[in-house]
Amino acid sequence: MVNKTRTPLVELRDMSISFGGIKAVDHVTVDLYPGEVVGLLGHNGAGKSTLIKCLSGAYKADAGQILINGAEVDINNPRDARAQNIETIYQTLALADNLNAASNLFLGRELVGPGGFLDDSKMEAETRKIMARLNPNFRKFNVPVSALSGGQRQSVAIARAVYFNAKILIMDEPTAALGPQETQMVAELIQELKAQGLGIFLIEHDIHNVMKLCDRASVMKNGQLVGTVDVKQVTDEDILSMIILGKKPAKAA
Amino acid sequence: MSNTSHSPATQSSPESGFGRFLRATEIDPRLLGMVGALVLIWVAFETYSTIVLGRPSMLLGAAQSEANGFLTPRNVWNLSVQTAYIGIMATGMVLVIVTRNIDLSVGSIMGMVGMYMGLLQVDFLTPALGLGHPAIWAITVIFGIAMGVLIGALQGSMIAYLNIPSFIVTLGGLLVWRGAAFLVAGGKTIAPMDDTFALIGGGSFGALGRTGSWIFAAVAVVAVVWGVIKSRKARTLHGFQQRPVWAEWFMGGLICAVILGATAIVNSYIWPKGNIKKYYDQLGLAVPEGAEFGHGYAYPVLILIVVAIFMTVLMTRTRFGRYVFAIGGNPEAAALSGINTRAMTVKIFALMGGLAGIAAVIGSARQNSATNAMGNLDELYVIAAAVVGGTSLAGGVGTVYGAIIGALILTSLQTGMVLIGFGDGSYQRIVIGIALVLAVWLDIVYRKRIK
Repeated sequence: MVNKTRTPLVELRDMSISFGGIKAVDHVTVDLYPGEVVGLLGHNGAGKSTLIKCLSGAYKADAGQILINGAEVDINNPRDARAQNIETIYQTLALADNLNAASNLFLGRELVGPGGFLDDSKMEAETRKIMARLNPNFRKFNVPVSALSGGQRQSVAIARAVYFNAKILIMDEPTAALGPQETQMVAELIQELKAQGLGIFLIEHDIHNVMKLCDRASVMKNGQLVGTVDVKQVTDEDILSMIILGKKPAKAA
Repeated sequence: MSNTSHSPATQSSPESGFGRFLRATEIDPRLLGMVGALVLIWVAFETYSTIVLGRPSMLLGAAQSEANGFLTPRNVWNLSVQTAYIGIMATGMVLVIVTRNIDLSVGSIMGMVGMYMGLLQVDFLTPALGLGHPAIWAITVIFGIAMGVLIGALQGSMIAYLNIPSFIVTLGGLLVWRGAAFLVAGGKTIAPMDDTFALIGGGSFGALGRTGSWIFAAVAVVAVVWGVIKSRKARTLHGFQQRPVWAEWFMGGLICAVILGATAIVNSYIWPKGNIKKYYDQLGLAVPEGAEFGHGYAYPVLILIVVAIFMTVLMTRTRFGRYVFAIGGNPEAAALSGINTRAMTVKIFALMGGLAGIAAVIGSARQNSATNAMGNLDELYVIAAAVVGGTSLAGGVGTVYGAIIGALILTSLQTGMVLIGFGDGSYQRIVIGIALVLAVWLDIVYRKRIK
């Protein structure tokens, strides 16, 4: 299904970053192909979120290379990442609670009319369009997002990533705060985006979601990469033991 | 109106009817509260001066020359001038507080900038250009604003790039700039200012006059009507739900009525006889019988209006304003969205400094001198005005119009206390202090209730 002979969409090569002497990410190499979902797994503090923040521009790695379509790129801030069509859905959702859905969706990339003034009507209209596709029940366009439920907030965060034609999507525990129905909605969306050829890094704790949604899984422990496995060729037990013991199962190695 | 008799629901629950009214007109209930408080304060002072002091205002039939109450054209006009410079700074303080910062230095910036403007005029511009040269006022104004911007940018840079809390940086600024203001002229007062410059401070000659004020009001009314029509068009274009037509025109009509009413009041405040004589003396004419001039809008008030419009557009219609609110709502999210939050902090404090510079222009023009004590404690009134006007110290929430109403409320309390004979400062401070705490408490209660 995923053709590995092609150039990877993203390659994080030999990445390292440390905070005050602690190596949060220690020489980790992972890659991602178009139309693929790669799960990033590991305990809290294993370094998954930190690794991914180097790609989204929130952190700058101490060492290592980021390659997009085989070419090395320099990502110094979130703006650089967005310029590479990398969109991130953070665990905290990174929404400004006092602004409405449209303002959040377009934050940092506002639509402006003549004279450089914000075109709020256009932004609301565009938000209505994308929400009609992602979450048809969404009605609360004119209230601050603090007034929305967890699932509604999540759909705003997802809409923000999807609207701007992401090629590379990073999702940090997208279903952590959601009910079963909303989790199903996110799962369907991931399948749809995958079919469109996006590459998705998925940070996920729920092993069932990993088995269901991911093509490959890269497991981290204490800042180091334990290994990357093809999800189809291992059992959930194998992956769990990688997470807990930090050892790659013999048969998949 | 006509169908109230057919709908018992409206009659049995007047509160829900009022709620519907608020929803249809999209009036912020807090705005209503602020305006209500303002009216209450005005009526209370008026009542006190009428009943206790026996000094009714014109509203109760006294002649203008004798009227000495609160709601006289003279007092309202003075109120508008005194509100102006606090209001101008309060619009900037909204941005500062919305981004979870504070600026304690604005009063001291006013003092120092005022001193340097005085020095510039008296020691440099007048000797170089000659007394009363028309460029003096313009150079002084540009210099004052630029100096405020630079000081603000310096403080903002320390907050943004050295990560020193704004409270500390501007507390330092409060002391440093006030000290510097004293040193500029060794504590002496610099006076007088250039004649044209002094007009910026208001007074009979520093006002728009009757005709000018009516033209101004007419332009404003046209702008309001145009605004209503344009906003309806924009919503129709995208097929959004419209406010009911009656609500739209009710709001438009209300704003127009306030504009026209305010114009009538400031126009009905007539020039004192001395100024009329001075005016005709300058023309070399004798004072004609029955000569009468109305003041109209004072220049400081016009400056406040221009600043308020500029700041409102900046806050609601530009990326800059959107980022201000985003940073206040969630600084981390703003940074992850690619907003340069540090550069924003520098710009916000520079803007605040520039507004303090404008306030210094008005203040020194008004007292026609530069003193190192100018603006003393004004930072507290400015912060109080923003907070009374609904700006949340937790960040993310605040409006420019709210801050101006807040400034009007505080100035009303201040001048009202003077007017009814409690002007020695102590009572003023007690009343304003209580009003500040009360306003914030009411806001907390309101926020809890809507949640």
